[in-house]
Amino acid sequence: MSHERNRLLSAYSLLVYVFLFLPVAILVLFSFNDSKDNFAWTGFTLAWYPILFANEDMLEALGKTLQVAAVAVIASTLLGTLMGFGLARLRNRYAGGIAETLIILPMVAPEIVMGLSLLLFFAQVFSARGSLAQISIAHVTFCLSYVAVVVRARAVSLDPHLEEAARDLGASAVGAFRYVTLPLLMPAVAAGAMLSFALSFDDLIVTTFNAGPGSSTLPLYLYSRIKFGVTPEINAISTIIVAITSIAILAAWRIGRRRADGRVVSMAA
Amino acid sequence: MRDRLGGALALPGLGWLALFFLVPLGFILIVSLGDHDRFGRVLLDSPSLDNYRSALDPVFLRPALNGLRYAAATTILCLVIGYPIAYWISRYGGKQKTILLLLVMLPFWTSYLIRTYAWITILGDNGVINSVLLAIGVTDEPIVLLNTDLAVVLGMTYGFLPFAILPLFVSIDRLDDSLVAAARDLYASGRSAFRHVTLPLTMPGVVAASILTFIPAIGDYVTPDLLGGAQTTTIAKIIQNQFLGARDWPAGAALGFLLMAATVIGSLAVIRTLRREVLG
Repeated sequence: MSHERNRLLSAYSLLVYVFLFLPVAILVLFSFNDSKDNFAWTGFTLAWYPILFANEDMLEALGKTLQVAAVAVIASTLLGTLMGFGLARLRNRYAGGIAETLIILPMVAPEIVMGLSLLLFFAQVFSARGSLAQISIAHVTFCLSYVAVVVRARAVSLDPHLEEAARDLGASAVGAFRYVTLPLLMPAVAAGAMLSFALSFDDLIVTTFNAGPGSSTLPLYLYSRIKFGVTPEINAISTIIVAITSIAILAAWRIGRRRADGRVVSMAA
Repeated sequence: MRDRLGGALALPGLGWLALFFLVPLGFILIVSLGDHDRFGRVLLDSPSLDNYRSALDPVFLRPALNGLRYAAATTILCLVIGYPIAYWISRYGGKQKTILLLLVMLPFWTSYLIRTYAWITILGDNGVINSVLLAIGVTDEPIVLLNTDLAVVLGMTYGFLPFAILPLFVSIDRLDDSLVAAARDLYASGRSAFRHVTLPLTMPGVVAASILTFIPAIGDYVTPDLLGGAQTTTIAKIIQNQFLGARDWPAGAALGFLLMAATVIGSLAVIRTLRREVLG
């Protein structure tokens, strides 16, 4: 590869990275802007953050978001881990293919389709008109696949002899799983849990369709605020949300890289 | 024994997906055949294809075309912008490959809503771009950037770019470098080697990235809603309105079913590639 193309490509790539981060950086910057205007920079201030935290509606929305996220993370991590591990151990190619397709489908389906399908399902079957419970179920549904994919990638790379050795030494199937396999899978499980958290925390479309009166989560609250008008308060909450999800994702990545013996490898997929 | 254990462990999760993902998809079809009353309740006593007939009404043609135009433009832009950087990370990333990839994906994992909102801040009449242009005297009046087709496509491209880069990267990364070296040894120029070796071999990644971008782009109502104006109505916006505004669920379901059918077909096509490239 010629050096010129290398430099051009590298410069281009840098531009793309800037393009990816700049808009959010500007957003964060303006959350410190000493002006209600939000567009012309007049001075540095931290004032918007205390104002934000005095906002009852916002705090309520945040609480609801965390409630839903807690349920979504726990349920999807549990079911997803079992699913990912089970899938890795499955030998039957036919069943495995169907299972994989079923798992990937929610990841590629448009959110609006998933959102409205659940709305219709709950309305027709349970006469439900939206609630935090309904939102939680919806969140579990789309988080499951991500956990399963991450855990499966890890499970596939595990040395099967370790499990066999445990069985040979008298462990039951459950015991072997609990004391040998699960600890080895733990980094992937933790990474999956963080991914679920980030997905659930940010979700807008599926949540919109499944929300009822009084089940407004933070993204929903934010959406209605944005449509009404823009203030630096919105920038402040946006900054916080970005910070929280970024930390979750970075944590997922760091934890996911660790091997049981402490050495660090790159996480598959 | 291993097989049954594996299957048994995966069953609860698969069962959940079947119940809360597949079954509801079926309900889209069921409701789309019904009718609605004044209160927005769905009536299923006399199923008919009326909703589909009105779904194909020309009044929906413009939004449908809008949606397709935006999705197509977004997909092309994402491919064109994304391929070089995926290539760069793969070929020049070295030990930092994972970190570089993570940096690309990071915006994707933060709220789509917030990232779209950021563009309102930038493109508005009082926004960053206009403020700068006015300040340095390039224009006297703010340029209308928001509520335009440009804003919508820009916002969508920004939103889905990381989503496109990943499958492109996976495909490019898998490419055996020695094939390109062999082409060069056989006197191919750099450009020719790219056209005849690299590009064809990374086509699965390009196809996967296209569909992975196109499908969510078609179903996105948030970006046209926030960055577009009245003339940027898309099918997704109409569907959203039918459910949350007009309360005509059967009509929305009919449109939703059409959207779903189109995207499921596209999804199944790309899942084959994804299963190979992502799940390994």
